[in-house]
Amino acid sequence: MDHLPLLPILIPLLAAAAMLFVEHGRLGMLPQRVIAWTSLAAVLAVSLLLLRNADQGDISVYLLGDWPARLGIVLVVDRLSALMVLLGQLLAIACLLHACGGRDRRATHFHAFFQFQLMGLNGAFLTGDLFNLFVFFEVLLIASYGLLLSGGGGARMRAGLHYVAFNIGASTLFLLALGLLYGLLGTLNMAEMAARVAEVPASDLALVEAAAGMLLVVFCAKAALLPMYLWLPQTYTLAPAAVAALFAIMTKVGLYAVLRVGTLSFGLAGPLAGFAWPALQVLGAVTLVLAALGVLSAQRLRLLAAYLVLGSAATLFVAFSLATPGTIAAGLYYLVHSTLAGAALFLLADLVRQRGRGGAGKDMATPRMGRMRSLLFLLVAVSLAGLPPLSGFIGKLLLLDAVPAGSIGWVWGCVLGSSFLMLVGVARTGVHVFWGSDSEPAHAQDEVDALNAAPAAANLTAPPLESAAVLLLVCYGIAMALAAAPVLAFTRATADQLLAPAEYVRQIDAALPARRAP
Amino acid sequence: MEFALASAIGLLTAAGVYLLLRARSFDLILGLTLLSYATNLLIFTSGGLTPGKPPVLRDDVPTTLAHYTDPLPQALVLTAIVIAFAMTAVSIVIAMRSRADNGSDHVDGDAGEQAFRRDEQRRHDDARARETRGGGE
Repeated sequence: MDHLPLLPILIPLLAAAAMLFVEHGRLGMLPQRVIAWTSLAAVLAVSLLLLRNADQGDISVYLLGDWPARLGIVLVVDRLSALMVLLGQLLAIACLLHACGGRDRRATHFHAFFQFQLMGLNGAFLTGDLFNLFVFFEVLLIASYGLLLSGGGGARMRAGLHYVAFNIGASTLFLLALGLLYGLLGTLNMAEMAARVAEVPASDLALVEAAAGMLLVVFCAKAALLPMYLWLPQTYTLAPAAVAALFAIMTKVGLYAVLRVGTLSFGLAGPLAGFAWPALQVLGAVTLVLAALGVLSAQRLRLLAAYLVLGSAATLFVAFSLATPGTIAAGLYYLVHSTLAGAALFLLADLVRQRGRGGAGKDMATPRMGRMRSLLFLLVAVSLAGLPPLSGFIGKLLLLDAVPAGSIGWVWGCVLGSSFLMLVGVARTGVHVFWGSDSEPAHAQDEVDALNAAPAAANLTAPPLESAAVLLLVCYGIAMALAAAPVLAFTRATADQLLAPAEYVRQIDAALPARRAP
Repeated sequence: MEFALASAIGLLTAAGVYLLLRARSFDLILGLTLLSYATNLLIFTSGGLTPGKPPVLRDDVPTTLAHYTDPLPQALVLTAIVIAFAMTAVSIVIAMRSRADNGSDHVDGDAGEQAFRRDEQRRHDDARARETRGGGE
């Protein structure tokens, strides 16, 4: 059997374990950085191979422990999983680059947590059954608590307590939904579940719907849909920059789960086909409007970035819940773009604040040194607000183009209206940050900012690694705009594959254990 | 047995949610613990309640599912217990640090504590006012 699908989980796990042996202060940061980069390079190579295999249309199934899929644990790589794993690695490269600029010294165990986080993300994208989705959610959440809280105190602890409590509550709900679904359907494998849902007796249907609804609530909580997004801006604002940038993909994990479960487990011509999509459309649209208002109200660059991440998640909810091949394909393109661009803004915000006037944690660049950063901000802002010619524009244009005729009115209204508001907000903040004068009153500063802010260094040159990280993310965006045709061909094929889950189910049934009799 | 278990799960959940809403870090952790107990019981019962049957194969029992209890929920609940345990430990550590840093065990720190105090005081004053008014009439 081909062991490729296991490697994106195994390599970060081993790297994180190895990290603990070289954490001694005497050794310095070098061994940890070497291990981190080696692991990242290996996983990147593996994920490129996975993507190449998946692009040929085959779905590779990996039976852990050699048990048949309906009894044991199974990893599945299709186009969507491969795309998400690759996206995670591309993002991680930029975050690690930024952290290696010196931020990794401030937090204990940063590199180990970082690898565990990657392991959790990759596992969540690759797993083929719901219980292991829960387990990998927990792995990535525990790592994210560590990344968020290590090296911080005060306000960050308070936000951390909210974040932890909220996520434990959501995990409990996840388990409740899993218990109900197992009791009703007798399986937790997503492909097997699709078949069982199709033949569920009418008397149990309401219960199955209730359990499925709970499951979607959990995923929407991770993806920050309307009633459950209030934790996001504060947490993302207080997290260290490299961590906040990595968190940009965490909301996408929730979206991935909604898309996967919605199209596969409940989507296969059963009584639950199209379940909850209309509700998600409405909630997504309202979240989008609120996120745009949040962007308008944001005084600080990081809060702006947090609301932009929220807005992109809401746009994706609208795109996915329309559930046509065109909107899902456009949504996937937009997903990749918005993750990278959102992360770029987080890193850039840190870069601006670090070098800010007096170094006391203000989002303020001085006119003299702002040229490079201003240019980067312009590129990121143009891309995020959806102006031509960068990837954000292509994503939104495709989405608007693919909206089915029945819902053109409200989707165009919401997306274009919110884009306009976001553009105004970004432009205003940009003017404020990059052209602001000395006499402006200082913004409210939290102690975290003061804690993180670099001392008032006289050197006005940008720190090389941090700038390179932002530049790398911007280059991704430009590459996505230049190579829009092949990327789009891939996301179209992905959408087609998602909307025809029968093939996925057939492949999993066809995967037989090599040595064990079923 | 079904009734006893179902009402136990319900009670634990209700108590857990009540404690979560108290907005104190200690109550919050206690509430999360109760909720996780409720969840574990629910997962445990999701395979069906069959008293007196083993979950692992035995030599003298025929190997059909009718003679055994479903082993999968037991494996699931084991994982869930371990994770809930770890999460409780993490949240206790964070709550203690937050208590030390923010000077209050309110989940919103000192600001939340102040708001809570003001609220209490207002409620107290209202009650006092109502009492004196009632006494006057």
